[in-house]
This record gives sequence, structure tokens and C-alpha cells, in this order.
Amino acid sequence: MNQKARFSAWGLFKRGLTRSHWPRVWDHHELRDSYDVVIVGGGVHGLATAYYLARNHGITNVAVVEKSYIGSGGSGRNTAIVRSNYLTPEGSKFYDRSVELYEHLAADLNFNVMFEQRGHMTLAHSDSSLRTMRWRAEVNKLQGIDSSVIGPEEIKSLAPFLDTSDHPRYPILGALWHPPGGIVRHDAVVWGYARAAAALGVHIHQGTELTGIEVESGRVAVAQTSRGDIATSTIVNCTAGWASLVAKMAGVRLPIITRPLQAAVTEPVRQFLHPVVVSGSLHTYVSQTARGELVFGASVDPFASYSTRGSLEFATGLATHVLELMPAISKMRMLRQWAGLCDMTPDFGPIIGPTPVDGFYVDVGWGTYGFKAGPVAGESVAEMVANGRPGSLIEPFGLERFHAGTLTAEKGAAAVGH
Amino acid sequence: MLVILCPHCGPRNSDEFSFQGEIVARPGPASDQETWRDYLYMRDNVAGWQTERWFHVSGCRRFLNVERHTVTNEIGVVTPVGGVQ
Repeated sequence: MNQKARFSAWGLFKRGLTRSHWPRVWDHHELRDSYDVVIVGGGVHGLATAYYLARNHGITNVAVVEKSYIGSGGSGRNTAIVRSNYLTPEGSKFYDRSVELYEHLAADLNFNVMFEQRGHMTLAHSDSSLRTMRWRAEVNKLQGIDSSVIGPEEIKSLAPFLDTSDHPRYPILGALWHPPGGIVRHDAVVWGYARAAAALGVHIHQGTELTGIEVESGRVAVAQTSRGDIATSTIVNCTAGWASLVAKMAGVRLPIITRPLQAAVTEPVRQFLHPVVVSGSLHTYVSQTARGELVFGASVDPFASYSTRGSLEFATGLATHVLELMPAISKMRMLRQWAGLCDMTPDFGPIIGPTPVDGFYVDVGWGTYGFKAGPVAGESVAEMVANGRPGSLIEPFGLERFHAGTLTAEKGAAAVGH
Repeated sequence: MLVILCPHCGPRNSDEFSFQGEIVARPGPASDQETWRDYLYMRDNVAGWQTERWFHVSGCRRFLNVERHTVTNEIGVVTPVGGVQ
């Protein structure tokens, strides 16, 4: 049965009535001895790469190896915000394409990813940050991105619960307003890509850890995994948090430092906050999910670590900062907090491209903004693997830039400071 | 909260310190550009025990070498940095 009919409302109704067997969304496969392409990491980047390899380039003999379950890393730990109001031309072009892909993703994958373009608001609490917002807005306008500076009155009408009075220690003077920004259900993006890739013939191997990479005369030869060896000529490193360790297996060193970023969620309440609200000075961003929970994120932890345990300093710091913005929510309870691993690069730009080892590609170093780039990264990496060289959209993000001295300086990369 | 045993001040919370990163050997002045760029940007980013540099900002304002397990955040031996760095 084709995918569309299988998951249509009529299909659901019919199955519900006849109580017929529900087939698995994708099948479990034995690990083959060889694959054309082995993708390391079953997150949104890895699965999107697999999907676009199969759909756009007809390369279907592809394995995605994931040491845990799909979406267990950064793809399931981020705060699900999508936007494209970046500062550098290469950054804005790239993320603008990402927003475009997200806009059509649900129809593309036949999977409801719950993309809501609620608007994205970055608050300015001082004259200097207001100046920066104006600069960003003007740069964005030149690049054709919907972005403008709005005043406290408009902010109040968009998000009535924000304290726009002049009393707070961090008064709200204005904001950078980016209507196409919004939130997505991140698990749905992972599942949607996995289902669509599997339907095209990609093998998704969960619980399969990459343990080593054999390189023969400068070329990738074998991917060793916890379930056996795979002969392959192409390995794509799509991991976050473990990027340096996977690259090291192929003998490639990366300019990456791994830092945890913590996030938290409150109990669900009635909808009261429509846009995504970000405050750089207060190191926080907040949005309300369709379920009604408030999702908070912060900047990266003060030291490098592979630990995903939350800390009390984070929880108390976050509460102080959020109450500064929205004193009305002081009685809300926080349900849980967690951390995701962010691979930080020296210029906050990602590293996408070939490496000194032939057939070993990287799509890593996504810092604090890997999720929002998932679709466009997948599309571009697939194109690079198929053609053997990076396309124009990702050319500025190659590993060689650190030796050539052409860093990207994407200061608009993270919503909050680093 | 991590507790770092500062050799000058005793056990202190980690938020008194600023993390400076893994210790990378500085190349000699005659080194080529490639070596300098590696020194500036490339990191081992170890998942396990590593020796790293911390600065006791809100304490003795001295630089320290701290052994730490980057997966469990367990702190090992802390020693003062000797000489001019």
C-alpha cells in the first residue's frame, strides 16, 4: 500500500473498523556487509541526509547507524525553534532555505510536523542592543528576510504577559520581530524523515554504535559497528556531541568543544504566549507548545562537558530571568529540566564538507542551532555526497576555513550570548 | 554544583572559577602557520579524564590545572600553575 493511502484519514478509519494488523512504520533490517553510504547519527541531520540522498539523488543503498534510538540526541533535546534572521549573508541564505523547507515539510513527508510560524521576538533591554537589533533588521531586509524593529506597544499587543513597564531592571525597549520564525514538533520531524527515508529503501539501524573507521590509503574502507563491519566508500558524520570522537576514528581532528545546553519545561497551562520570546541579556528564550507547556532554553553551560545532567544553578538562574520578563508566571511549576550537547566551533559556524580522508564527510559543529538547520543541512549534505563536492550554499562552512583563515563570524548564530 | 579544591583557597564552588579549556602546548615562535592554526583552533575534546585550565576569578585569581572527567564531571587533582604562563 502506498504511504499516502496508508496514513490517510480513510485508511485510519478502515483499519479502526476492521481491527486489521497495523504494520510497522519501518522494518527492522539485518546489517548488510556493505552499503554505498553509511550515515553516523540518527538525528534530524542524519535522517534528512538519508532521505534527500534517496529522493533527490536516487542513492538508496544507505545505512543510518544510531547508537541509541532515533532522535535521542540533540534532535530530541532542543527547544524546537526555527528562524532565519541571521547576520552574515551565508548564514541568512542558508537558514532562509531551511525555513522554506520547514514550511513544506509536512506535505513533503506526509507527516504532521506541527510547524507553527508564531513569530520570533528578540528583546532589546538597552540602547546598544536596540542598535544591534536595527542593524540586524536592516541587514535582513537587504537579504529579503522578513525582519523589523518594533516598539514596546507592539510588543505588548503581541505578548501581553511581558512586563513592558519601565520598572524592571531589564526594561523592554524594543524588539527584533521576525514573523516567519516559529516552533516545530521536533520528534515529528525525526519520525517523518525516518519514515519517508525508510519507504525509499534506506536502512535505519537503531542500537548500532559506530566503533571504528578503517581507512586504506587515505580512503574510507570499513565502518566498524557494534553489530558488525560494513564495507563502504562513504561515511557521513552527522553526530552532535560526539562529532570529535567519531572524526578521531578516521584520524581527523576538529576545532570543536562540546558543551551542554540546558532547557526546562513547565506544567501545561491555557495558551497565553503566542510568539517565541528571546532575551539575549537575560540568556533565555521561551515559547509555549501546542500542549500548553512553556519551554525555556538558556545559553551553553560555563564549562565543556559530555554530561547531560541538569544543574540547580541553571534552574534557579532561569527562574530569576524568566520572572524578570514575565512576573505573572511566578506560581507556575517547572516539570523537568534536561541538557543537550552542543558542539561549539571557534566562529559559531557549522562544519560541513569533505575532510582530508577521502569519502569521510562531516556535518557537525552545529553549536546551539542544529535543529533549525536540519532540513537544509540534509539537502546540502546529500547533494555533496552525490556530487563529491559541496554546493554553493555550504561552501563557506568547510573544515579548511580554519586553516585558510576565512572564518564565518556568525554572531547572529545563537539566540543568546555564548 | 562542582566543588573544586583550590590549593590556595580550599574547596570552592565551580561558579567562582572561569573555565579556560583543555591545555594545548604552545608551539615555538618559529613554527609554521599550519601549526599555529592547529594550536588556535584544533582540540582533542576528550570524553574522559583531561587536564584543563581554570582561573579562580572570584578567589585567589590564580590559574590552576584541574583534572576532570568530562563525562561524569568528577574532579581529580588540582595543582597551581607554576611560573609565568
